[in-house]
Amino acid sequence: MSGSATFDARMILAILPELGLLVLAGVALVLDLIWRDKRCGRLALYTAVGTALVMALSLIFARPGEEPQFIFGGMLRLDAAGFVFRMLFLSGAMLTALLVMGDEVLCVRGEFFVLLLVSTLGMSLMAAAADVMMLFLAIETASIPLYVLAGFYTGNARSVEAGIKYFLFGGLTSAVMLYGFSLLYGLSGTTRLYEMLERLQSAPGTLVPGLFAVVLVLAGFGFKISAVPFHFWAPDVYEGAPTQVGGFLSTASKAAGFAVLLRVMTTLFPQVTPVWTVAIVVLALASMLAGNLLALAQKNVKRLLAYSSIAQAGYMLVGVAADSQLGTSGVVYYLMGYLVTNLAAFGVVHVVGQSLRSDELTAYDGLSRRSPRLALLMLIALLSLGGVPPFAGFFGKLLVFGAAVQAGMWWLALVGVLTSVLALYYYLNLLRRIYQEAAPKDGLTVRISWPWRVALIVCALGVVTLGVVYAPWYAWAERVATMLF
Amino acid sequence: MFPLLSLIIFIPLLVGVILLALPEERRGWIRGLALVGALLTLVFSLVAYFGYDVSAGGYQFQERMPWLPALGIGYHVGADGISLPLLLLGGLVAVSGVLVSWRVEDRPREFFAFLMFLVASVQGVFASLDLFQLFFFFELAVFPKYLMIVLWGSPKTRNYGGMKLTLYLFLGSVVSLVAALAVYFGSGLHTFDLIELQQAGLAKDFQYFWFPFLFIGFALLSGIFPLHSWAPDGHVAAPTAISMLLAGVEMKVGAFAALRIAIELLPEGARQWAWLILLLGTMNVVYGALIALVQKDFKYVIGFSSVSHMGLVLMGFATLNADGLLGAGMQMFSHGVMTALFFAVVGMVYDRTHERDISRLGGLVQRMPWAAVGFIIGGLVSMGMPGFSGFVAEYPIFMGVWRVQPVAAVVAALGILITSGYILLVVRRVFFGELPAALEQSGGSGRKVGMQRIEDVSWMDKVVIGMLALIMIGLGWFPALMTPWVQSGVQAVLAVLGGGQ
Repeated sequence: MSGSATFDARMILAILPELGLLVLAGVALVLDLIWRDKRCGRLALYTAVGTALVMALSLIFARPGEEPQFIFGGMLRLDAAGFVFRMLFLSGAMLTALLVMGDEVLCVRGEFFVLLLVSTLGMSLMAAAADVMMLFLAIETASIPLYVLAGFYTGNARSVEAGIKYFLFGGLTSAVMLYGFSLLYGLSGTTRLYEMLERLQSAPGTLVPGLFAVVLVLAGFGFKISAVPFHFWAPDVYEGAPTQVGGFLSTASKAAGFAVLLRVMTTLFPQVTPVWTVAIVVLALASMLAGNLLALAQKNVKRLLAYSSIAQAGYMLVGVAADSQLGTSGVVYYLMGYLVTNLAAFGVVHVVGQSLRSDELTAYDGLSRRSPRLALLMLIALLSLGGVPPFAGFFGKLLVFGAAVQAGMWWLALVGVLTSVLALYYYLNLLRRIYQEAAPKDGLTVRISWPWRVALIVCALGVVTLGVVYAPWYAWAERVATMLF
Repeated sequence: MFPLLSLIIFIPLLVGVILLALPEERRGWIRGLALVGALLTLVFSLVAYFGYDVSAGGYQFQERMPWLPALGIGYHVGADGISLPLLLLGGLVAVSGVLVSWRVEDRPREFFAFLMFLVASVQGVFASLDLFQLFFFFELAVFPKYLMIVLWGSPKTRNYGGMKLTLYLFLGSVVSLVAALAVYFGSGLHTFDLIELQQAGLAKDFQYFWFPFLFIGFALLSGIFPLHSWAPDGHVAAPTAISMLLAGVEMKVGAFAALRIAIELLPEGARQWAWLILLLGTMNVVYGALIALVQKDFKYVIGFSSVSHMGLVLMGFATLNADGLLGAGMQMFSHGVMTALFFAVVGMVYDRTHERDISRLGGLVQRMPWAAVGFIIGGLVSMGMPGFSGFVAEYPIFMGVWRVQPVAAVVAALGILITSGYILLVVRRVFFGELPAALEQSGGSGRKVGMQRIEDVSWMDKVVIGMLALIMIGLGWFPALMTPWVQSGVQAVLAVLGGGQ
């Protein structure tokens, strides 16, 4: 079962995305010194093109086989699940890099891109980790650069506050999660995820401490996916952090959280299924209700998106709670759609924030008169978040709620759809501002540079394609599900 | 094979997308293209209607394409005797809607594009033979509806009315979506195809449990009591063309889906709950009419009259017998045309007088004879006068209801009486009597600008009034132009219900 300790070329090929990211990050440091004043545009372009290249190479050379494969002494498990998530993180990093291009403040230090790449590398390892030690290291590799990125506007008190807050919350939940891992190790005597279950089942009297460990580990994952009650950091961090970082946090980082949640939960806890299902259902209900209700009162668009992203985590947890192939495919499909949707939304917020110097909802008054195309893009993003066809969010929601109905939890699906009616209220209200209100006569115009335009168009095309052409994407999502079950 | 139904759905969709890409200044092009799109939709729906082989019956013009085979989702369209009149209705109202909105000044590009999306959405629902696809088109209407009301609606109530309408309708559709998913998994057939799901033979308890969710969710869209209050508020707040489409066609979308999905997929559930539908439908008829009677606002009268008339459709469904269903099918078409005409006339009156308060209107027959005649014809239809389409539709409904529950028939007949009351009152107050002095002096812009007179409606408005009125009269004299179609559709429903009662 466990991988051999021998080393061969296939293993190198298997971690091609990670190696690629590492090389990109290293070279970025050097290029930063060479390019100096011109780095702003070039480094961002380098990062975007580089990640796209890594993605293309992985798609060609590192596609996983039908059978899962353990490599590096069982530290990593190479399978379709990890692969799809890696592609998600890479696209997230690529689009984020494009959105950073031309941002004078963020490019002051070239480290931005290094941190972005290293964080993506950590996420990539998270999705493939098959050993709790590896998993913990991967989570920290992904998180620590994000703490720095959140506080990257060092001259801005809010950004610094966001970084510190994120760091404190993250550090605390990491510690709790590590404690959970150590309990699991103590109970089972192994750190290998895929062997732990067998050991736990054979050892008597592990049920109660096992449950305790589940709760602790769930706290760590709950923090990554910003589920209630581990969500407190999200609104402040999204608001204070640079907008692009907020977008990256809410999409790629959340997806990484779901990747480990799905893997650990499906491999480790089948014997305590009823209990962990209850825990997940509670998290889902709390996130859907609290996220949507709190979003109603927001005046700042980033805080609104933060609460909306908490609610979205709740919807995805519905799919996790279903604990089935369909549920898992649903979560993966949802994450794919959510990545492009939320990056589009944050992209628009970034463009508006740069042009109009405000993130308040009032800044969106009359956006359709300032820039009809940007308004149309926000319409697409908001409706997709609301779960309206023909956009990606509709099908993701249909899948996760369908999985809940299939699992006999129709009441959970009912709560889900009722809260999405609530959510539609604040999405439509923002849309009304954009289309109905008159733009204030402040002489400000919306400027969109070409890299931003590219990123936004890619996102919009993604949202529509995922919302109309289901078969290819669903096939990938289904492969993830079969690998995990 | 010629993809007739796909053209009916995708022409408006495509026209909408093209419109959004046109430069904003080319207003003539924008309007013209929208009209062409609507006309093509109408022409193709006419071709489908008259090309349908009534003697053969069943679903015709079927097209199938795999969409997501892994989950049994397909693109599957087809039309039968119940959906064809509604497709025709969609085409008719689309053309009328474009014509009455000819002079939209504010962002016409977006206006006509959203209008086209709305048309595509309703036609898509009517032609759907796949449960997933039906929901896809059903919810496609969410944003055009909302944006059209809040952007071009009447400024005082549009934010409230638009949000209320959209959230109510989204609520209805998602609740029935959950029930539809339950049917999908409960059937174990692994398909969303409606024809296959009809054969699922679901357990009785299952049907009893899920029928209310599925039916009420859809019926909410047709304004079922007590979840109807969004309808008058939303329809009154909307601009004329959208009121016409929403009250004329979207309400039928709800009723149609309630029949095709809820009743045909869960026939045992329908039998179990028929009493409730009959009760609520009767309340719709009487309550809607009573509230319409006391309205002071011209447009609200029509808003509540829709609630009342849709009650008759629901009553027809509740009978589950041949007469009731035939009447309901006819009433869906007849009411759609009638209410579109009503809202068109209300819009024309408001455009010229900038007044909707009935007590401040009067004598308009002198200035707007076409509008007055159109409204009176609509009124006669609404009262169920013989010689008009309303009679052809309401008579079978009452026959059907009488056989099931005579008391309900009597109570609902009372509702018709009240209907004559409010229609005649409105006709007298708005169109006859003295022209108030305030109106005599108010000009086209609503401000007092000297002696500018209220002018008669434009020739395009006349085309709309004439077309819709002629259809209602024609159907009243020659019911055979539609009854065989609906009857063949009803036979299929009865077959699903187990040969009828």
